[in-house]
Amino acid sequence: MSVNDQAAVRFNKVSYANDGHQILKNITGWFPKGRITTLVGPSGAGKTSLFKLCNSLTSPTSGDIYIGDKKIESYDPVELRRMVGMALQNATMIGGTVMKNLALPLELQGKELPVETAEELVKVVGLDESFLERDTRDLSGGQRQKVSIARTLVNRPEILLLDEITSALDRVSQQDIEDLIVRINQKYGTTMIWITHNLQQAFNVGDYTWVMMDGELIEAGESSILEHSKKERVQRFVKGQVE
Amino acid sequence: MSFLTLSITLIFVIIPLILSKTLKLGLEKDTVIATIRSIVQLLAVGFILQFVFDSENMIYILLMLILMIGAATQNARKKGAAIKGITWKLVGTFIFIEILTQGILLGLNITPATAQYIIPISGMVIGNSMVLAILFLNRFTAEIENHQDEAELILSLGGTPKQAIHKQLITSIQASTIPTIESQKTIGLVQLPGMMSGQIIAGADPIQAVLFQLLIIFLLLTTAVVTSVMLGFLSYPTLFNERMQLLDLRNRDSK
Repeated sequence: MSVNDQAAVRFNKVSYANDGHQILKNITGWFPKGRITTLVGPSGAGKTSLFKLCNSLTSPTSGDIYIGDKKIESYDPVELRRMVGMALQNATMIGGTVMKNLALPLELQGKELPVETAEELVKVVGLDESFLERDTRDLSGGQRQKVSIARTLVNRPEILLLDEITSALDRVSQQDIEDLIVRINQKYGTTMIWITHNLQQAFNVGDYTWVMMDGELIEAGESSILEHSKKERVQRFVKGQVE
Repeated sequence: MSFLTLSITLIFVIIPLILSKTLKLGLEKDTVIATIRSIVQLLAVGFILQFVFDSENMIYILLMLILMIGAATQNARKKGAAIKGITWKLVGTFIFIEILTQGILLGLNITPATAQYIIPISGMVIGNSMVLAILFLNRFTAEIENHQDEAELILSLGGTPKQAIHKQLITSIQASTIPTIESQKTIGLVQLPGMMSGQIIAGADPIQAVLFQLLIIFLLLTTAVVTSVMLGFLSYPTLFNERMQLLDLRNRDSK
Protein backbone atom coordinates (compact mmCIF):
# COMPACT_ATOMS: atom_id res chain seq x y z
CA MET A 1 0.00 0.00 0.00
CA SER A 2 1.61 3.15 -1.27
CA VAL A 3 2.57 6.05 0.99
CA ASN A 4 0.45 8.33 -1.17
CA ASP A 5 -2.71 6.45 -0.26
CA GLN A 6 -5.01 7.75 2.43
CA ALA A 7 -6.83 5.29 4.67
CA ALA A 8 -10.57 4.88 4.12
CA VAL A 9 -10.83 2.33 6.93
CA ARG A 10 -8.20 1.65 9.57
CA PHE A 11 -8.12 -1.12 12.17
CA ASN A 12 -6.04 -0.71 15.29
CA LYS A 13 -5.60 -3.85 17.42
CA VAL A 14 -9.19 -4.92 16.79
CA SER A 15 -10.49 -8.11 18.39
CA TYR A 16 -13.99 -9.44 18.21
CA ALA A 17 -15.61 -12.31 20.09
CA ASN A 18 -19.16 -13.59 19.81
CA ASP A 19 -20.82 -16.06 22.14
CA GLY A 20 -17.47 -17.01 23.68
CA HIS A 21 -15.74 -17.60 20.32
CA GLN A 22 -12.77 -15.45 19.42
CA ILE A 23 -13.48 -14.46 15.81
CA LEU A 24 -11.01 -11.65 15.10
CA LYS A 25 -7.65 -11.47 16.82
CA ASN A 26 -5.77 -8.23 17.20
CA ILE A 27 -6.21 -6.96 13.64
CA THR A 28 -4.13 -3.94 12.68
CA GLY A 29 -4.23 -2.72 9.10
CA TRP A 30 -5.88 -0.35 6.70
CA PHE A 31 -7.81 -0.10 3.45
CA PRO A 32 -6.69 2.64 1.02
CA LYS A 33 -9.18 5.24 -0.14
CA GLY A 34 -10.51 5.01 -3.69
CA ARG A 35 -8.86 1.63 -4.32
CA ILE A 36 -10.08 -1.93 -4.59
CA THR A 37 -8.76 -4.16 -1.83
CA THR A 38 -9.58 -7.85 -2.04
CA LEU A 39 -9.88 -9.89 1.12
CA VAL A 40 -9.06 -13.59 0.89
CA GLY A 41 -8.74 -16.47 3.31
CA PRO A 42 -10.26 -19.81 4.14
CA SER A 43 -13.84 -19.88 5.43
CA GLY A 44 -14.01 -19.16 9.12
CA ALA A 45 -11.19 -16.63 8.86
CA GLY A 46 -13.48 -13.88 10.16
CA LYS A 47 -13.89 -11.96 6.90
CA THR A 48 -17.63 -11.39 7.13
CA SER A 49 -17.36 -10.40 10.80
CA LEU A 50 -14.81 -7.80 9.77
CA PHE A 51 -17.38 -6.33 7.35
CA LYS A 52 -20.08 -6.16 9.96
CA LEU A 53 -17.66 -4.17 12.12
CA CYS A 54 -16.98 -1.69 9.28
CA ASN A 55 -20.71 -1.13 8.81
CA SER A 56 -21.25 -1.00 12.59
CA LEU A 57 -23.72 -3.88 12.54
CA THR A 58 -21.54 -5.14 15.39
CA SER A 59 -18.88 -3.52 17.56
CA PRO A 60 -15.39 -4.80 18.38
CA THR A 61 -14.70 -6.39 21.75
CA SER A 62 -11.48 -4.35 21.93
CA GLY A 63 -9.45 -2.06 19.69
CA ASP A 64 -10.39 0.90 17.51
CA ILE A 65 -11.79 1.26 14.01
CA TYR A 66 -11.40 4.52 12.11
CA ILE A 67 -13.49 5.51 9.11
CA GLY A 68 -11.55 8.30 7.40
CA ASP A 69 -9.76 9.86 10.34
CA LYS A 70 -12.61 9.64 12.83
CA LYS A 71 -13.33 6.81 15.24
CA ILE A 72 -16.30 4.72 14.14
CA GLU A 73 -18.16 5.42 17.40
CA SER A 74 -18.14 9.15 16.67
CA TYR A 75 -20.48 8.62 13.71
CA ASP A 76 -24.21 8.35 14.04
CA PRO A 77 -24.92 4.69 13.05
CA VAL A 78 -27.47 5.71 10.41
CA GLU A 79 -25.11 8.26 8.84
CA LEU A 80 -22.23 5.77 8.93
CA ARG A 81 -24.20 2.97 7.27
CA ARG A 82 -25.23 5.26 4.42
CA MET A 83 -21.58 6.11 3.92
CA VAL A 84 -20.36 2.49 4.15
CA GLY A 85 -22.53 0.36 1.86
CA MET A 86 -22.65 -3.40 1.95
CA ALA A 87 -23.65 -6.09 -0.56
CA LEU A 88 -23.74 -9.70 0.58
CA GLN A 89 -23.54 -13.08 -1.09
CA ASN A 90 -27.20 -13.94 -0.50
CA ALA A 91 -28.35 -10.57 -1.97
CA THR A 92 -31.36 -10.40 0.36
CA MET A 93 -34.37 -8.77 -1.29
CA ILE A 94 -37.39 -7.29 0.41
CA GLY A 95 -40.35 -8.78 -1.49
CA GLY A 96 -41.74 -7.02 -4.57
CA THR A 97 -40.29 -5.44 -7.67
CA VAL A 98 -36.75 -4.35 -8.49
CA MET A 99 -38.00 -0.75 -8.32
CA LYS A 100 -39.30 -1.31 -4.80
CA ASN A 101 -35.92 -2.67 -3.74
CA LEU A 102 -34.03 0.20 -5.34
CA ALA A 103 -36.35 2.70 -3.67
CA LEU A 104 -35.74 1.18 -0.22
CA PRO A 105 -32.67 3.20 0.86
CA LEU A 106 -34.43 6.51 0.15
CA GLU A 107 -37.75 5.26 1.48
CA LEU A 108 -35.98 4.70 4.81
CA GLN A 109 -35.21 8.43 4.80
CA GLY A 110 -38.79 9.30 3.89
CA LYS A 111 -37.80 10.23 0.33
CA GLU A 112 -38.84 8.95 -3.06
CA LEU A 113 -36.49 7.54 -5.68
CA PRO A 114 -37.05 9.36 -9.02
CA VAL A 115 -37.76 6.90 -11.85
CA GLU A 116 -34.96 8.45 -13.95
CA THR A 117 -32.44 7.72 -11.19
CA ALA A 118 -33.68 4.15 -10.96
CA GLU A 119 -33.36 3.74 -14.72
CA GLU A 120 -29.85 5.12 -14.61
CA LEU A 121 -28.92 2.77 -11.76
CA VAL A 122 -30.10 -0.40 -13.48
CA LYS A 123 -28.12 0.67 -16.53
CA VAL A 124 -24.99 1.24 -14.43
CA VAL A 125 -25.18 -2.38 -13.23
CA GLY A 126 -25.81 -3.65 -16.76
CA LEU A 127 -29.53 -4.37 -16.72
CA ASP A 128 -32.12 -2.63 -18.86
CA GLU A 129 -35.01 -0.49 -17.63
CA SER A 130 -37.61 -3.17 -18.22
CA PHE A 131 -36.18 -4.88 -15.11
CA LEU A 132 -37.60 -2.19 -12.83
CA GLU A 133 -41.05 -3.75 -12.91
CA ARG A 134 -39.81 -7.34 -12.59
CA ASP A 135 -40.52 -9.24 -9.39
CA THR A 136 -37.24 -9.94 -7.58
CA ARG A 137 -38.29 -13.59 -7.12
CA ASP A 138 -38.06 -14.08 -10.89
CA LEU A 139 -34.46 -12.90 -11.12
CA SER A 140 -31.43 -15.12 -11.61
CA GLY A 141 -28.62 -15.13 -9.04
CA GLY A 142 -26.50 -12.76 -11.12
CA GLN A 143 -29.40 -10.37 -11.69
CA ARG A 144 -30.24 -10.30 -8.00
CA GLN A 145 -26.64 -9.56 -7.20
CA LYS A 146 -26.67 -6.65 -9.66
CA VAL A 147 -29.87 -5.28 -8.11
CA SER A 148 -28.31 -5.63 -4.67
CA ILE A 149 -25.26 -3.61 -5.79
CA ALA A 150 -27.46 -1.00 -7.49
CA ARG A 151 -29.52 -0.70 -4.30
CA THR A 152 -26.39 -0.08 -2.25
CA LEU A 153 -25.33 2.61 -4.74
CA VAL A 154 -28.51 4.62 -4.08
CA ASN A 155 -26.96 5.95 -0.87
CA ARG A 156 -23.85 7.01 -2.86
CA PRO A 157 -21.54 5.25 -0.39
CA GLU A 158 -17.92 6.32 -0.13
CA ILE A 159 -16.95 2.80 0.85
CA LEU A 160 -18.49 -0.36 -0.56
CA LEU A 161 -18.15 -3.73 1.17
CA LEU A 162 -18.73 -6.71 -1.12
CA ASP A 163 -19.01 -10.14 0.46
CA GLU A 164 -18.61 -13.11 -1.92
CA ILE A 165 -20.92 -11.45 -4.41
CA THR A 166 -19.86 -13.67 -7.31
CA SER A 167 -19.34 -17.01 -5.61
CA ALA A 168 -22.73 -18.41 -6.61
CA LEU A 169 -22.50 -17.21 -10.20
CA ASP A 170 -21.41 -18.73 -13.49
CA ARG A 171 -18.25 -17.59 -15.22
CA VAL A 172 -19.98 -15.04 -17.51
CA SER A 173 -21.97 -13.34 -14.73
CA GLN A 174 -18.83 -13.37 -12.61
CA GLN A 175 -16.91 -11.49 -15.28
CA ASP A 176 -19.86 -9.07 -15.64
CA ILE A 177 -19.81 -8.21 -11.96
CA GLU A 178 -16.01 -7.86 -11.86
CA ASP A 179 -16.19 -5.35 -14.73
CA LEU A 180 -19.03 -3.58 -13.00
CA ILE A 181 -17.12 -3.16 -9.75
CA VAL A 182 -14.06 -1.80 -11.53
CA ARG A 183 -16.32 0.58 -13.50
CA ILE A 184 -18.02 1.88 -10.34
CA ASN A 185 -14.65 2.28 -8.66
CA GLN A 186 -13.37 4.35 -11.56
CA LYS A 187 -16.56 6.34 -12.12
CA TYR A 188 -17.31 7.32 -8.49
CA GLY A 189 -13.92 6.79 -6.82
CA THR A 190 -15.64 4.45 -4.36
CA THR A 191 -13.35 2.57 -1.99
CA MET A 192 -14.04 -1.13 -2.48
CA ILE A 193 -13.32 -3.96 -0.07
CA TRP A 194 -14.14 -7.26 -1.67
CA ILE A 195 -14.25 -10.62 0.07
CA THR A 196 -13.70 -13.43 -2.41
CA HIS A 197 -12.58 -17.03 -2.22
CA ASN A 198 -11.50 -16.85 -5.85
CA LEU A 199 -7.79 -16.04 -5.80
CA GLN A 200 -7.63 -15.35 -9.51
CA GLN A 201 -10.34 -12.75 -9.03
CA ALA A 202 -8.61 -11.29 -5.98
CA PHE A 203 -5.45 -10.93 -8.04
CA ASN A 204 -7.10 -9.57 -11.21
CA VAL A 205 -9.48 -7.08 -9.67
CA GLY A 206 -7.67 -5.99 -6.52
CA ASP A 207 -5.15 -3.18 -6.28
CA TYR A 208 -4.36 -4.50 -2.84
CA THR A 209 -5.04 -7.73 -0.97
CA TRP A 210 -5.48 -8.78 2.64
CA VAL A 211 -4.93 -12.42 3.53
CA MET A 212 -6.78 -13.53 6.65
CA MET A 213 -6.64 -16.87 8.48
CA ASP A 214 -8.13 -17.97 11.80
CA GLY A 215 -9.18 -14.44 12.67
CA GLU A 216 -5.75 -12.97 12.04
CA LEU A 217 -4.43 -10.68 9.34
CA ILE A 218 -1.52 -12.69 7.94
CA GLU A 219 -0.39 -10.44 5.14
CA ALA A 220 -1.46 -7.20 3.44
CA GLY A 221 -0.06 -5.45 0.42
CA GLU A 222 -0.25 -5.20 -3.34
CA SER A 223 -2.21 -8.06 -4.84
CA SER A 224 0.99 -9.60 -6.18
CA ILE A 225 1.68 -10.84 -2.62
CA LEU A 226 -0.58 -13.71 -3.55
CA GLU A 227 2.09 -14.90 -5.99
CA HIS A 228 5.22 -13.75 -4.25
CA SER A 229 4.49 -14.05 -0.55
CA LYS A 230 7.42 -15.29 1.48
CA LYS A 231 5.12 -16.44 4.24
CA GLU A 232 4.68 -20.16 4.27
CA ARG A 233 1.03 -20.08 5.44
CA VAL A 234 0.10 -17.79 2.55
CA GLN A 235 1.99 -19.96 0.06
CA ARG A 236 0.26 -23.07 1.35
CA PHE A 237 -3.15 -21.37 1.19
CA VAL A 238 -2.54 -20.14 -2.37
CA LYS A 239 -1.28 -23.54 -3.47
CA GLY A 240 -4.22 -25.31 -1.86
CA GLN A 241 -6.60 -23.02 -3.67
CA VAL A 242 -4.91 -23.35 -7.03
CA GLU A 243 -4.54 -27.10 -6.98
CA MET B 1 -75.99 -29.63 40.40
CA SER B 2 -74.77 -31.63 43.37
CA PHE B 3 -71.34 -33.16 43.97
CA LEU B 4 -72.94 -36.60 43.52
CA THR B 5 -74.23 -35.71 40.05
CA LEU B 6 -70.81 -34.28 39.19
CA SER B 7 -69.10 -37.51 40.21
CA ILE B 8 -71.30 -39.40 37.75
CA THR B 9 -70.03 -37.10 34.97
CA LEU B 10 -66.57 -38.55 35.52
CA ILE B 11 -67.78 -41.07 32.92
CA PHE B 12 -66.73 -38.42 30.42
CA VAL B 13 -63.19 -38.76 31.74
CA ILE B 14 -63.27 -42.54 31.73
CA ILE B 15 -64.22 -42.75 28.03
CA PRO B 16 -61.03 -41.07 26.76
CA LEU B 17 -58.98 -43.05 29.30
CA ILE B 18 -60.32 -46.37 27.95
CA LEU B 19 -59.79 -45.26 24.36
CA SER B 20 -56.27 -44.12 25.14
CA LYS B 21 -55.44 -47.39 26.89
CA THR B 22 -56.84 -49.65 24.13
CA LEU B 23 -55.36 -47.69 21.25
CA LYS B 24 -52.10 -46.99 23.12
CA LEU B 25 -52.44 -43.25 22.59
CA GLY B 26 -50.39 -42.55 25.71
CA LEU B 27 -52.79 -39.84 26.88
CA GLU B 28 -53.72 -41.44 30.20
CA LYS B 29 -51.27 -39.62 32.43
CA ASP B 30 -52.02 -36.18 31.01
CA THR B 31 -55.77 -36.82 31.08
CA VAL B 32 -55.67 -37.77 34.77
CA ILE B 33 -53.46 -34.81 35.63
CA ALA B 34 -55.73 -32.45 33.66
CA THR B 35 -58.82 -33.81 35.41
CA ILE B 36 -57.37 -33.53 38.90
CA ARG B 37 -55.98 -30.09 38.25
CA SER B 38 -59.23 -28.76 36.85
CA ILE B 39 -61.20 -30.15 39.80
CA VAL B 40 -58.85 -28.71 42.39
CA GLN B 41 -58.29 -25.37 40.68
CA LEU B 42 -61.92 -24.68 39.87
CA LEU B 43 -63.23 -25.77 43.27
CA ALA B 44 -60.64 -23.58 44.95
CA VAL B 45 -61.65 -20.66 42.75
CA GLY B 46 -65.32 -21.40 43.53
CA PHE B 47 -64.76 -21.23 47.26
CA ILE B 48 -62.60 -18.15 46.95
CA LEU B 49 -65.20 -16.43 44.80
CA GLN B 50 -67.91 -17.32 47.29
CA PHE B 51 -65.83 -15.75 50.00
CA VAL B 52 -65.03 -12.62 47.98
CA PHE B 53 -68.67 -12.13 46.94
CA ASP B 54 -69.86 -12.53 50.53
CA SER B 55 -67.27 -10.17 51.97
CA GLU B 56 -68.05 -7.38 49.44
CA ASN B 57 -64.62 -5.90 50.10
CA MET B 58 -62.67 -4.18 47.30
CA ILE B 59 -59.36 -5.38 48.78
CA TYR B 60 -60.24 -8.99 47.98
CA ILE B 61 -61.24 -8.09 44.43
CA LEU B 62 -57.89 -6.36 44.01
CA LEU B 63 -56.06 -9.39 45.42
CA MET B 64 -57.87 -11.66 42.97
CA LEU B 65 -56.85 -9.40 40.07
CA ILE B 66 -53.22 -9.35 41.21
CA LEU B 67 -53.28 -13.14 41.42
CA MET B 68 -54.71 -13.41 37.89
CA ILE B 69 -52.10 -11.03 36.45
CA GLY B 70 -49.34 -12.87 38.29
CA ALA B 71 -50.42 -16.25 36.96
CA ALA B 72 -50.87 -14.92 33.42
CA THR B 73 -47.40 -13.34 33.49
CA GLN B 74 -45.82 -16.51 34.81
CA ASN B 75 -47.40 -18.48 31.97
CA ALA B 76 -46.55 -16.12 29.13
CA ARG B 77 -43.02 -15.05 30.07
CA LYS B 78 -41.40 -18.34 29.04
CA LYS B 79 -42.36 -17.65 25.42
CA GLY B 80 -40.59 -14.32 25.49
CA ALA B 81 -37.57 -15.32 27.55
CA ALA B 82 -35.29 -13.97 24.81
CA ILE B 83 -36.70 -10.46 25.19
CA LYS B 84 -35.09 -8.40 27.91
CA GLY B 85 -37.41 -7.45 30.77
CA ILE B 86 -40.31 -9.41 29.32
CA THR B 87 -41.84 -10.03 32.79
CA TRP B 88 -42.42 -6.34 33.46
CA LYS B 89 -43.56 -5.70 29.91
CA LEU B 90 -46.21 -8.41 30.37
CA VAL B 91 -47.27 -7.12 33.79
CA GLY B 92 -47.56 -3.61 32.33
CA THR B 93 -49.62 -4.84 29.40
CA PHE B 94 -52.02 -6.86 31.58
CA ILE B 95 -52.49 -4.00 34.04
CA PHE B 96 -53.08 -1.55 31.22
CA ILE B 97 -55.64 -3.75 29.49
CA GLU B 98 -57.44 -4.39 32.81
CA ILE B 99 -57.61 -0.67 33.63
CA LEU B 100 -58.69 0.19 30.10
CA THR B 101 -61.52 -2.35 29.94
CA GLN B 102 -62.80 -2.00 33.50
CA GLY B 103 -62.39 1.77 33.28
CA ILE B 104 -64.79 1.88 30.33
CA LEU B 105 -67.20 -0.72 31.76
CA LEU B 106 -67.43 0.84 35.21
CA GLY B 107 -66.89 4.45 34.13
CA LEU B 108 -69.79 4.39 31.68
CA ASN B 109 -71.96 2.35 34.05
CA ILE B 110 -72.11 -0.57 31.63
CA THR B 111 -71.58 -3.13 34.39
CA PRO B 112 -72.00 -2.65 38.15
CA ALA B 113 -68.90 -2.32 40.34
CA THR B 114 -69.42 -5.59 42.18
CA ALA B 115 -67.22 -8.65 42.49
CA GLN B 116 -69.83 -10.70 40.60
CA TYR B 117 -69.10 -8.68 37.43
CA ILE B 118 -65.55 -7.45 37.89
CA ILE B 119 -63.93 -10.81 38.58
CA PRO B 120 -65.37 -13.00 35.81
CA ILE B 121 -64.99 -10.28 33.18
CA SER B 122 -61.41 -9.55 34.31
CA GLY B 123 -60.70 -13.26 34.18
CA MET B 124 -61.82 -13.43 30.57
CA VAL B 125 -59.93 -10.28 29.62
CA ILE B 126 -56.66 -11.22 31.33
CA GLY B 127 -56.93 -14.84 30.19
CA ASN B 128 -57.39 -13.78 26.58
CA SER B 129 -54.67 -11.19 26.89
CA MET B 130 -52.34 -13.95 28.12
CA VAL B 131 -53.15 -16.20 25.16
CA LEU B 132 -52.60 -13.29 22.80
CA ALA B 133 -49.31 -12.46 24.48
CA ILE B 134 -48.14 -16.06 24.03
CA LEU B 135 -49.23 -16.14 20.37
CA PHE B 136 -47.56 -12.81 19.72
CA LEU B 137 -44.25 -13.61 21.47
CA ASN B 138 -44.04 -16.99 19.78
CA ARG B 139 -44.50 -15.49 16.36
CA PHE B 140 -42.39 -12.39 16.98
CA THR B 141 -39.29 -14.28 18.16
CA ALA B 142 -39.64 -16.70 15.24
CA GLU B 143 -40.05 -13.84 12.74
CA ILE B 144 -36.94 -12.11 14.03
CA GLU B 145 -34.84 -15.26 13.85
CA ASN B 146 -36.10 -16.22 10.39
CA HIS B 147 -35.84 -12.75 8.91
CA GLN B 148 -32.66 -11.57 10.57
CA ASP B 149 -31.00 -10.95 7.20
CA GLU B 150 -33.84 -8.64 6.14
CA ALA B 151 -33.57 -6.68 9.36
CA GLU B 152 -29.80 -6.40 8.94
CA LEU B 153 -30.22 -5.37 5.31
CA ILE B 154 -32.40 -2.45 6.35
CA LEU B 155 -29.99 -1.47 9.12
CA SER B 156 -27.04 -1.72 6.73
CA LEU B 157 -28.78 0.66 4.32
CA GLY B 158 -29.15 3.22 7.09
CA GLY B 159 -32.57 2.26 8.44
CA THR B 160 -33.57 2.75 12.06
CA PRO B 161 -34.31 -0.20 14.40
CA LYS B 162 -38.02 0.49 14.05
CA GLN B 163 -37.78 0.37 10.26
CA ALA B 164 -35.65 -2.78 10.43
CA ILE B 165 -38.18 -4.68 12.51
CA HIS B 166 -41.38 -3.07 11.19
CA LYS B 167 -42.41 -5.86 8.84
CA GLN B 168 -41.83 -8.59 11.44
CA LEU B 169 -43.70 -6.57 14.05
CA ILE B 170 -46.74 -6.01 11.82
CA THR B 171 -46.79 -9.65 10.67
CA SER B 172 -46.70 -10.85 14.28
CA ILE B 173 -49.44 -8.48 15.40
CA GLN B 174 -51.63 -9.61 12.50
CA ALA B 175 -50.92 -13.30 12.99
CA SER B 176 -51.70 -13.19 16.70
CA THR B 177 -54.93 -11.20 16.41
CA ILE B 178 -56.40 -12.95 13.36
CA PRO B 179 -57.68 -16.03 15.31
CA THR B 180 -59.69 -13.77 17.65
CA ILE B 181 -61.23 -11.84 14.79
CA GLU B 182 -61.87 -14.93 12.64
CA SER B 183 -63.46 -16.95 15.45
CA GLN B 184 -65.87 -14.09 16.07
CA LYS B 185 -67.09 -14.20 12.49
CA THR B 186 -68.60 -17.67 12.94
CA ILE B 187 -69.59 -17.33 16.57
CA GLY B 188 -73.03 -18.73 17.36
CA LEU B 189 -73.28 -20.60 14.06
CA VAL B 190 -71.66 -23.78 15.30
CA GLN B 191 -70.65 -23.36 18.86
CA LEU B 192 -72.41 -21.26 21.49
CA PRO B 193 -69.86 -19.33 23.47
CA GLY B 194 -69.14 -20.80 26.90
CA MET B 195 -70.27 -17.89 28.98
CA MET B 196 -73.55 -17.55 27.07
CA SER B 197 -74.25 -21.27 27.32
CA GLY B 198 -73.57 -21.14 31.06
CA GLN B 199 -76.00 -18.28 31.55
CA ILE B 200 -78.69 -20.00 29.53
CA ILE B 201 -78.26 -23.27 31.45
CA ALA B 202 -78.40 -21.32 34.72
CA GLY B 203 -81.80 -20.03 33.57
CA ALA B 204 -81.05 -16.58 32.18
CA ASP B 205 -83.09 -15.06 29.38
CA PRO B 206 -81.31 -16.01 26.09
CA ILE B 207 -81.45 -12.42 24.77
CA GLN B 208 -79.87 -11.14 27.99
CA ALA B 209 -77.24 -13.85 27.65
CA VAL B 210 -76.57 -12.81 24.04
CA LEU B 211 -76.25 -9.13 24.96
CA PHE B 212 -73.68 -10.02 27.59
CA GLN B 213 -71.84 -12.27 25.21
CA LEU B 214 -71.66 -9.47 22.65
CA LEU B 215 -70.19 -7.19 25.29
CA ILE B 216 -67.51 -9.81 25.96
CA ILE B 217 -66.80 -10.25 22.25
CA PHE B 218 -66.23 -6.53 21.82
CA LEU B 219 -64.05 -6.50 24.93
CA LEU B 220 -61.95 -9.34 23.57
CA LEU B 221 -61.38 -7.51 20.29
CA THR B 222 -59.86 -4.60 22.19
CA THR B 223 -57.95 -7.01 24.40
CA ALA B 224 -56.45 -8.86 21.45
CA VAL B 225 -55.31 -5.87 19.44
CA VAL B 226 -54.15 -3.75 22.37
CA THR B 227 -52.17 -6.65 23.89
CA SER B 228 -50.27 -7.41 20.68
CA VAL B 229 -49.62 -3.80 19.76
CA MET B 230 -48.53 -2.80 23.25
CA LEU B 231 -46.31 -5.82 23.78
CA GLY B 232 -44.80 -5.34 20.32
CA PHE B 233 -43.93 -1.70 20.82
CA LEU B 234 -42.58 -2.38 24.32
CA SER B 235 -40.46 -5.30 23.09
CA TYR B 236 -38.80 -4.24 19.87
CA PRO B 237 -36.47 -1.56 21.31
CA THR B 238 -34.83 -4.14 23.60
CA LEU B 239 -33.77 -6.15 20.53
CA PHE B 240 -31.27 -3.42 19.64
CA ASN B 241 -28.44 -1.70 21.50
CA GLU B 242 -27.64 2.00 21.54
CA ARG B 243 -25.46 1.60 18.41
CA MET B 244 -28.61 0.40 16.57
CA GLN B 245 -27.24 -3.14 16.33
CA LEU B 246 -29.58 -6.12 16.27
CA LEU B 247 -28.81 -8.31 19.26
CA ASP B 248 -28.62 -12.05 18.80
CA LEU B 249 -31.76 -13.65 20.24
CA ARG B 250 -30.39 -17.18 20.22
CA ASN B 251 -27.33 -16.25 22.23
CA ARG B 252 -29.42 -14.56 24.81
CA ASP B 253 -31.80 -17.48 24.89
CA SER B 254 -29.08 -19.96 25.75
CA LYS B 255 -27.63 -17.87 28.54
